Amino acid sequence: MALLSKKDRGLILDPLADNNPITIQVLGICSALAITAQLKASIVMGISVMFVLGVGNVVISLMRNIIPSKIRIIVQLVVVAALVIIVDQVLKAFAYELSKTLSVFVGLIITNCIIMGRFEAFALGNGPWRSFLDGIGNAAGYALILVVVGFFRELLGSGTLLGFKVLGDPIAKTGLYAIGYENNGFMLLSPMALIVVGIIIWVQRARNKALIEEN
Amino acid sequence: MANTDKNSYTVIFAVVMVLVVGSLLAFTASSLKPAITENERFEKQQNILYAMGINENVEGSVNFVPTNKVEAEFGKYIKEQLVIQNGKIEKDSSAYLINLKQELAKDMSERKLPLFVGEKDGKDYYIIPMYGKGLWDAIWGFIALDENYVVQGVYFDHKGETPGLGANIKERYFMDDFTGEEIMADTEYEGITVAKGNNDPLNERKDDGKVDALAGATITGNGVTAMINSTVKLYIPYLKDLKI
Repeated sequence: MALLSKKDRGLILDPLADNNPITIQVLGICSALAITAQLKASIVMGISVMFVLGVGNVVISLMRNIIPSKIRIIVQLVVVAALVIIVDQVLKAFAYELSKTLSVFVGLIITNCIIMGRFEAFALGNGPWRSFLDGIGNAAGYALILVVVGFFRELLGSGTLLGFKVLGDPIAKTGLYAIGYENNGFMLLSPMALIVVGIIIWVQRARNKALIEEN
Repeated sequence: MANTDKNSYTVIFAVVMVLVVGSLLAFTASSLKPAITENERFEKQQNILYAMGINENVEGSVNFVPTNKVEAEFGKYIKEQLVIQNGKIEKDSSAYLINLKQELAKDMSERKLPLFVGEKDGKDYYIIPMYGKGLWDAIWGFIALDENYVVQGVYFDHKGETPGLGANIKERYFMDDFTGEEIMADTEYEGITVAKGNNDPLNERKDDGKVDALAGATITGNGVTAMINSTVKLYIPYLKDLKI
């Protein structure tokens, strides 16, 4: 990684673990609960957020000296909303099937707290290149948790991964189902995503005691 | 650099931003519009063909006729497109473009109901479009009947049902269950009910007008029942005429 200085590398790598937007900053929980019932939706949502946050951070960073501070939140909202609409339209025109699977999720990107959080906390005070790295890094941290949660929810809830029946066929009783295994329908409901995220937070903090906040 | 805290600067910035973003979005939307409309048109043709069993399904998953072939396939299998208005049935080769949601909101006398007659292997299929409400948003689909009112296939879709629960109405294991069910009990219209606890999860009884529901998707399932019963019912008097 000679391309990036040590500080820049931190912008990408920190959000993946010790400063993860979901498990440490506890942002973007809403969409993490809503869409992780399937691995595929998690992956596509992760990629879409990466695009919006990467580009959005650069746009906000380029405009950071001319944005009037009184209406900066509105300006940020306009930028996110415009980017999301463009993503939505482009998907509909060139990847129609994909846009069908994503349906409402693309619109939900606007409400993702991570995006507004990074605009406000980082892009308004840093140059475009660093803002871009920060956006990609945070979106990757978000996507990572989404994929992990989506993996467990789809595997335990539906017995499939990306739609493939990895545990056998529940109706024909093959594979694991032959010995009496049942899918856990609870995993498909949003509250279980919260519990999975909770377990990830627990594991992460048990491994790295420095992350535990003092009360 | 101008003083960015001044009110006049703020107002000018806001106006310029709105103009720039507005025209950018308008430009994107209008330049992508033809491609999007085309996709939606192909999708409708794919859905109609899917309901009458023209698809490229491989075990367990839904696969439509590819978009580059759908236009030709649609012309080949759909032999008539009809529009029912005010008790009269007329041919209309663009009936599949009718927006059912808007038509259902209209008064009976102005309502145009599209109906498609398909033919495959010498057998006639009557394909009826459907539109209704699920748990979160709209659900719609197509149902193909033969001349004895036996369901030959269905296709369901939805705008925003819960992934993993209600969204599964567009999965094979739900849609395939409808095939073989009858919508008429003797001469009375019965419809098809998405039923919980009918002790028939594999749907082996085809004459009961019931299909096993999806776990955790009661309201979406009820929406499917209501959609089938309300829309298909409108066509029954005409299907009798057509005979069919």
